[in-house]
Amino acid sequence: MGANLQKESGPREVFCGLTSIVWLHRRMPDAFFLVVGSRTCAHLIQSAAGVMIFAEPRFGTAILSERDLAGLADAHDELDRVAKELLQRRPEIRTLFLVGSCPSEVIKLDLARAAERLNDELHGRVRVVNYSGSGIETTFTDGEDGALTALGPLLPSTDERQLLLVGTLADAVEDRLIHLFTRLGIQTVRSLPPRQSTELPPVGPGTTVLLTQPFLSNTARMLRDRGARVLSAPFPLGAEGSRRWMETACRDFNLPADRVAEVLDPLERRAHQALAPHRQILQGKRIVLLPESQLELSLARFLQRECGMELVEVGTPYLNRELMAEELALLPEGTTVMEGQHVDRQLDRVRDSHPDLVVCGMGLANPLEAEGITTKWSIELVFSPIHGIDQAGDLAELFSRPLRRRQRIEPALHPTTLHPTVHA
Amino acid sequence: MRGVHYVLHAPQGDTYADLLFTMIERRGERPPVTYTTFQARDLGGDTAELVKRTVREAAERFQPEALLVGESCTAELIQDQPGALAQGMNLTMPVVPLELPAYSKKENWGASETLYQLIRNLLKPQVPDQPQHDTQAWKAEGRRPRVNLLGPSLLGFRCRDDVLEVQRLLTVHGVDVGVVAPLGASVNDIQRLPQADLNVCLYPEIAESSCSWMERNFGIPFTRTVPIGVGATHSFLVEVHTLLGLEPPAADEGYQRSRLPWYSESVDSTYLTGKRVFIFGDGTHAIAAARICQEELGFEVVGLGTYSREMARAVRAAAKQLGLEALITDDYLEVEAAMAETAPELVLGTQMERHSAKRLGLPCAVISTPMHVQDVPARTSPQMGWEGANVIFDAWVHPLMMGLEEHLIGMFRHDFEFVDGHQSHLGHSGGSGADTESPTTSNTDQAKTATGLAWTADGEAELRKIPFFVRGKVRRNTETYAREKGHLEISSETLYDAKAHFKA
Repeated sequence: MGANLQKESGPREVFCGLTSIVWLHRRMPDAFFLVVGSRTCAHLIQSAAGVMIFAEPRFGTAILSERDLAGLADAHDELDRVAKELLQRRPEIRTLFLVGSCPSEVIKLDLARAAERLNDELHGRVRVVNYSGSGIETTFTDGEDGALTALGPLLPSTDERQLLLVGTLADAVEDRLIHLFTRLGIQTVRSLPPRQSTELPPVGPGTTVLLTQPFLSNTARMLRDRGARVLSAPFPLGAEGSRRWMETACRDFNLPADRVAEVLDPLERRAHQALAPHRQILQGKRIVLLPESQLELSLARFLQRECGMELVEVGTPYLNRELMAEELALLPEGTTVMEGQHVDRQLDRVRDSHPDLVVCGMGLANPLEAEGITTKWSIELVFSPIHGIDQAGDLAELFSRPLRRRQRIEPALHPTTLHPTVHA
Repeated sequence: MRGVHYVLHAPQGDTYADLLFTMIERRGERPPVTYTTFQARDLGGDTAELVKRTVREAAERFQPEALLVGESCTAELIQDQPGALAQGMNLTMPVVPLELPAYSKKENWGASETLYQLIRNLLKPQVPDQPQHDTQAWKAEGRRPRVNLLGPSLLGFRCRDDVLEVQRLLTVHGVDVGVVAPLGASVNDIQRLPQADLNVCLYPEIAESSCSWMERNFGIPFTRTVPIGVGATHSFLVEVHTLLGLEPPAADEGYQRSRLPWYSESVDSTYLTGKRVFIFGDGTHAIAAARICQEELGFEVVGLGTYSREMARAVRAAAKQLGLEALITDDYLEVEAAMAETAPELVLGTQMERHSAKRLGLPCAVISTPMHVQDVPARTSPQMGWEGANVIFDAWVHPLMMGLEEHLIGMFRHDFEFVDGHQSHLGHSGGSGADTESPTTSNTDQAKTATGLAWTADGEAELRKIPFFVRGKVRRNTETYAREKGHLEISSETLYDAKAHFKA
């Protein structure tokens, strides 16, 4: 019964958790992300974010050298020196994230202790926390899970009754959701991560947590340990998912169902109207999602149930069956859900099934396009305002756009017959 | 290259490097690289077995003509010796193990070493007992002379079009191109390298060690001049012709075939004279840029540096000729500090210098890697040869304020649209970025500088009248002058004194 859960191992084509810095630095502009790693790590971040021109750097890498590896230099002294130089240059930084990498994890550099020590020295001025974004431990969005978990001990305690939205949201989406929850009757709604790293939300027994993102396993555990109740709901992608997600919170706050329906019904009607043109394009199209961000299950559920797409294979880098239980229940019977990856074999399957759309990383997107397979590069989903009932149309548009584009330009770019000349 | 596959022992996540090729170079195929992508849980097991399995799978699936095997920075720490493992697997194709010390060497060194090892391994059987080579053998054989182009690669700066341009340049002069490597070369092409009369080393950072090995072992000489700029292209042609025993080309060929010389001579360019330029990049492009700026565009080079330590000596020599001390560093903060110190009117650098130039509010053009996607353009845009010089003229002059606008802003400073630092030809409103003279602007009567000098209100006012891009330099000169004379206060008179003193 339910989805057909499978596992695969082999070569993977995914980002490491360091990549989370690319969006976290914008969410919290007063924070700095210092990766402790190699030139490879520095290169990754620079390649990913370097197309933007920064007058003030928001992230950097303390590059381990041969001296650090040979134990010639005390790595901790070096790190202290680099961190202090950095803070001197950027006195406005309020939170410094020391981000672990593969090299620092392999040589067992104790960044937690380093963060503690720096905290003692810089007391009050800058808070230093640590998390790992290494590829050997984390995949892409896992990095955000690590960063939010690391903020855990800094969250103040409260008994106040509140709703906490956890996971990075676009500013406009956040404002909109808070506005809607207020209209529904939940007065205190806060977000983690906040827009300023110093304005951390409090947490405690009165806190109800709604995860906005599916990749926050450790953050959820941390919040439970702090006494919060983490609700189990589908994730707020698409009109249906978002509505169920909001209703779950409303039930927890004992809000009258007719009041909830009164607020949400018009939203849902409008969402269906916005979805219609995209549904027309997506209906009946076959889609494969390759593993990338753990958003895949929620997206597949939305694309199948609200856009009428047919799911060929749904890949995910990691499957937390407890957090994803509600999503799994909504997938059609027998949907292939593949945890892990053997990229070459997975590509063989993609070519064999020749789907209408493949959701994949940028390392694979252009090569697949060149083979005539339409792709939607998946990273964009982490950088786009896609959450909530009002965003359902925009979310569908992200998937219909590549198909529309191909329809629009293919006849001209790949002419098959000669046009008759005008003066025949 | 084609037909060469690379097995890279690396943790999950290092596949980000594929994006450099699929996005920045916009390639329509996956790079021929298989990663072992080990994870934390593999570290408890047998990572060496993982390497062997990956090598076997890659060899079977892709059937390459040659296999490179190496490790990334993290794999280097766990020391599985993947190269040696692969060599012991009795594969049918040649296996080239790579030793690339990730904690002491960088990208260009890695590319140079890999090309060198590949050429060395594949050509070893052909090496003669005594290197003997006649660059003029083509005459006796009754054919056109033939050269290899060595150095162009993906993720190099404009390599795609440089190859086309140099090929065209040589063909016009009756010289054929044998093999281009590594860009687009196959294993078979590498084996044909010794059949050329001469090696053309287009990118020394990548190909010098290979060229030098072939010179030692086969006796094939290689060119030292990189044809970027009109003058350098001429020198390059003379070098090639002389080595091949051809009559050198006419001295005015560059003037006839490139538009840079006339564009630069035309009166519209007069205002470019003495514009202060700061240059930073890889060794090859920095040296070439310095020559173009100084000799062909009439700029004044006020800073020259490189991150290529392997090219440090050549860059120091070039800097010395300009009366400068070369900046050899890979610390972008040091570059930024040097840039601020010299207060240039134009920065020619890498993608990183664009950040610093934005911060300092300076016009900037990219002349070298590291670069991003906008520097792999669809249009033909070489840096080398006659057309390369045309591209360079446009690209380097474009960020500067146009002549008329510069004059008018110097005359009338109260406009509501064309304000200080504004460059209307770039199509946006407002200044071009941060204000270079911000540290002491204030409304108090006297503003103290960091050095203890004080500008009087009338001194400040006079300074504000100096056109935007040279204001930084005038401020610096005036302060230097005041210190030399022991003045503690800088008035408008001091400013004019300094101006006369420094003749600028």
